[in-house]
Amino acid sequence: MYSIEVNNLTKKFGNFTSVDNISFKVNEGEIFGFLGANGAGKSTTIRMLCGILEPTSGDAVVGGYSVVKEPDNVKLNIGYMSQRFSLYNDLTVEENINFFGGVYGLEGNLFDERKNWVLDIANLKGKEKLMTGSLPGGIKQRLALGTAVIHQPKIVFLDEPTSGVDPLSRRNFWELINDLSENGITVFITTHYLEEAEFCNKILLINAGKLIAEGNPQELKTNYLKNDILELECSNPVKAMKILESQNFIDATSIFGNNLHLNVNKNYSNKNQIEKLLISENIQVTGLDKIVPTLEDVFIHLLDKKK
Amino acid sequence: MFRRTRAIAKKEFKQLWRDKRLLFVILFFPIFLLIIFGYAVNFDVKNIQLAVLDKNNTEVSRDFVNSILSSNYFKLAKQLNNDSEIKETLDKKSAQIVLVIPKDFSKNIHTHKQPAKIQFLIDGVDGNTATIIKNYASAASTKFAIKLQKNLTQKYGVKMSYPVLLEPIFWFNPDLQTTKFLIPGLIAMILIVSSVISVSLSLVKEKELGTIEQINVSSINSFELLSGKSAPYIVVAFFDAILILIVGYIFFDVIVKGNYFFLFISTLIYIISATSMGIFISVISETQQIAFTIATFATLLPSVILSGFIFPIESMPVIIQYLTNITPAKFFIIVLRAIIIRGVGLSAFWMQLIYLILFTLVFMGLAIIISKKQEVK
Repeated sequence: MYSIEVNNLTKKFGNFTSVDNISFKVNEGEIFGFLGANGAGKSTTIRMLCGILEPTSGDAVVGGYSVVKEPDNVKLNIGYMSQRFSLYNDLTVEENINFFGGVYGLEGNLFDERKNWVLDIANLKGKEKLMTGSLPGGIKQRLALGTAVIHQPKIVFLDEPTSGVDPLSRRNFWELINDLSENGITVFITTHYLEEAEFCNKILLINAGKLIAEGNPQELKTNYLKNDILELECSNPVKAMKILESQNFIDATSIFGNNLHLNVNKNYSNKNQIEKLLISENIQVTGLDKIVPTLEDVFIHLLDKKK
Repeated sequence: MFRRTRAIAKKEFKQLWRDKRLLFVILFFPIFLLIIFGYAVNFDVKNIQLAVLDKNNTEVSRDFVNSILSSNYFKLAKQLNNDSEIKETLDKKSAQIVLVIPKDFSKNIHTHKQPAKIQFLIDGVDGNTATIIKNYASAASTKFAIKLQKNLTQKYGVKMSYPVLLEPIFWFNPDLQTTKFLIPGLIAMILIVSSVISVSLSLVKEKELGTIEQINVSSINSFELLSGKSAPYIVVAFFDAILILIVGYIFFDVIVKGNYFFLFISTLIYIISATSMGIFISVISETQQIAFTIATFATLLPSVILSGFIFPIESMPVIIQYLTNITPAKFFIIVLRAIIIRGVGLSAFWMQLIYLILFTLVFMGLAIIISKKQEVK
């Protein structure tokens, strides 16, 4: 039994196809990363899976209910948190929790219990009367997640929940996501940060509404990237990039901090090939090694191929 | 179901309560408008500035001037000495009316050979006021003429009788006070402006902040959402209505003659129709700024100009008369005048209430259709 099952889901806005015939399955309790550039169709897909946007064709079964036929039942079984942390800044922490609890129809002991839980995960015990607008981003984000799952849904959709939050808060947030997953909740998450994608059990990459890669992080690195990746440290990476791009033994180049990542193909023989070339152009090579590819390498490779 | 509506309404109340500036505007604006309108918008013509050119300058002519002044409507602005001053007086607006008594005034009165003529020159720039001044002036002159005639007939020992005596009584508003007539229009205007603006802004704000999406993914339905969101503003609008009635009583002696229950029910129906307009505007506006502009434009002008609040609808061109149906204020004003001023029952205004309900249904229907379309987009 899958938690989410998507079958040939398509969404068209006029002539523009935002989501183009995608299908995938998500296991219960899985952390499922849904990645893609801005405008790739991530949010549109999430909105359809949440039952607030009707698909043009295809269907998805979320928590056992069809998003086309029973969107209201879908809504009862999911939580949703957007990048905008939809909390009311002019309400106190407690009033926000009360509001979302009320919207989800919670009451009595269960409500008190859930309110405590939300305060607990957001580290806001004893600070119930604080204005939400005065909270730091990381705390707000945890409070937003807490209120999004206050009704204990089996599935939670997080649409870029970590954008605009500092790295430490992001790491703490991922711990929270892991906790949810360990408790059997399916976490469907989109993110811009590829290093975060490494924490996912399964990743799906979409581009221009089409599914282009699928698997766990390890599978993605081995199945979709046959070439080796070299990391080059040199005195003038920008100039080096220009020179190397035109070489027939290199498929793609990209800048990582001060270094260059080179995606080399079968025409590549050894390091000398590159070193010689750069020295002749007066570029000092201080390091050149084969590395384990990052997800970013994989995606750059995949998106390059699409072009 | 009520638990969810209550959660929304409670939240909305809290937000409104914290927004002291908005709260102040909503509560103070009606009183401010009422007092300004009540004192400034006044169609009663009093203290008309009168200039007199008395070429006759006899006891009779002075008697005539005094009898004009005794009516309390006119105030002697100045005495003129020759014809050339007339033009100057009117040009400079130092008087609204100039009374010219010819040289032969007393001679004609005493000889009875021909009627004694007098001339009134009235500033006709404001046609409405000019007509009123003319009526006052001719009434005052007639009174003087009757007095003379009475004296004359008595001199010959004949008792004078009037074949027809006109005795007008103004029903509902015996003193013809403008404020009494204005209060219903003011209530209608203030309620529609404040409810449409506040409801549309509060809904568009959720759109702008993205919080509406969070609410949409919960299983709440649009009826629960909209009724919860409107409830606080309906309560505030009611409070406004009561405030206006109290201030109207204190400052302008306006009392409700009719039934308070009908007043309550019709005000509720009216506020709900205004709310439906606010909801409609929130659906077609993306930002609070746009919503505010549309809401102001759609409520303020029609409720002042097209509602019959100030200008009688019957004297508008037919096409404009049809156009007046776009504002629910028109119908509510009829209801309010019936209840507050005339004190009559439901039979006088049930049609208007039905229209207000239809108006609400049409706007809610449109709002639902358009928002469904936007969703699919």
